[in-house]
Amino acid sequence: MNNDINNIEVDEFQPEYDNDLKMRELDSMCVNESKLEHKWYYNVKYLLVGIIFGIVFVKAEIISWFRIQEMFRLQSFHMYGIIGSAVIVGALSVWLIRLFNIKTIYGEEIIIHPKPYNKGVVIGGLLFGIGWAITGACPGPLYAQIGTGASVIIVTLFSAVLGTWIYGLLREKLPH
Amino acid sequence: MHEFITQSWSWWFSGFLISVIMFLLLYFGKSFGFSSNLRTICAAVGAGKTAKFFDFNWKGQIWNLVFLVGAILGGTISATVLRNDEPVRISKETISDLMELGIAAPESLQPSELFGFDAVFSLKGFLILSIGGLMVGFGSRYAGGCTSGHAISGLSDLQIPSLIAVVGFFAGGLIMTHILLPFIF
Repeated sequence: MNNDINNIEVDEFQPEYDNDLKMRELDSMCVNESKLEHKWYYNVKYLLVGIIFGIVFVKAEIISWFRIQEMFRLQSFHMYGIIGSAVIVGALSVWLIRLFNIKTIYGEEIIIHPKPYNKGVVIGGLLFGIGWAITGACPGPLYAQIGTGASVIIVTLFSAVLGTWIYGLLREKLPH
Repeated sequence: MHEFITQSWSWWFSGFLISVIMFLLLYFGKSFGFSSNLRTICAAVGAGKTAKFFDFNWKGQIWNLVFLVGAILGGTISATVLRNDEPVRISKETISDLMELGIAAPESLQPSELFGFDAVFSLKGFLILSIGGLMVGFGSRYAGGCTSGHAISGLSDLQIPSLIAVVGFFAGGLIMTHILLPFIF
């Protein structure tokens, strides 16, 4: 699937929502989006899952710069075991979702949109890896690190937001 | 029981819980991808006026920001109620490799040579975190996702572009660790 971003910009016959969806598909962002409107307290469950996320990432030491270094030096199984077991169980759960046609909590279909390939996957992937190895932080663990009281990581967070902003400004000039 | 929880968790238990998190988000009608929050934050602070990329209904992504707040709280809970003062038990080889670079053996989760206040208020320390952060933010969006979106969600769905992205993440990490890092320290 070779998406041309220019198509998205000029495709004015599409309704607003579709444009947004296409754009988000290109970014392989969350496109598995419920169409339902909910009250604010429906968000509490995301808070709870987020808390579990933060605890797991600290207790598994994924947020540790040392563990990331150990991984990139191929000197321990720890991080590979975590990612590997998460993917194996994850693949099993995706398979079960399809097999039993499991619906969301609101009865909607669970759709996992394919992530389109473009040159950015390679170039961006390399840049991300370089940044990951030096800061020891991916965009998720970043917040858990700050939560543990490592306040200086706010520098990394601000820079990451700025980096995303720069990408947004340059995106039409970048090869995709 | 308390000790069982406060010690560091095994790889298989942690990996299992991460896939449970992914499943729960799918079950709630969402998906597991953390780096999109960076785009949402840009949009929420007005980046939509500067680039079309940020001109979208970011309020639809509030659930992910709530998830983010949860991650911060989870980090705080781990560092207080579930606190464990033992240093990270990384391998001896890693410790001696890092010592050669001038980074002491772990005393906690992070090296003070990089994340201490002294380090961040030095020019070099500040540049390391800020340039690294720029690359994380720029690279993850350019690649269309980070470790959660590509490595966990994408690979779980057996998607080839995600596999390519993950190979790219690791290639970048190897370049930094083995080629660039000796020049930085």
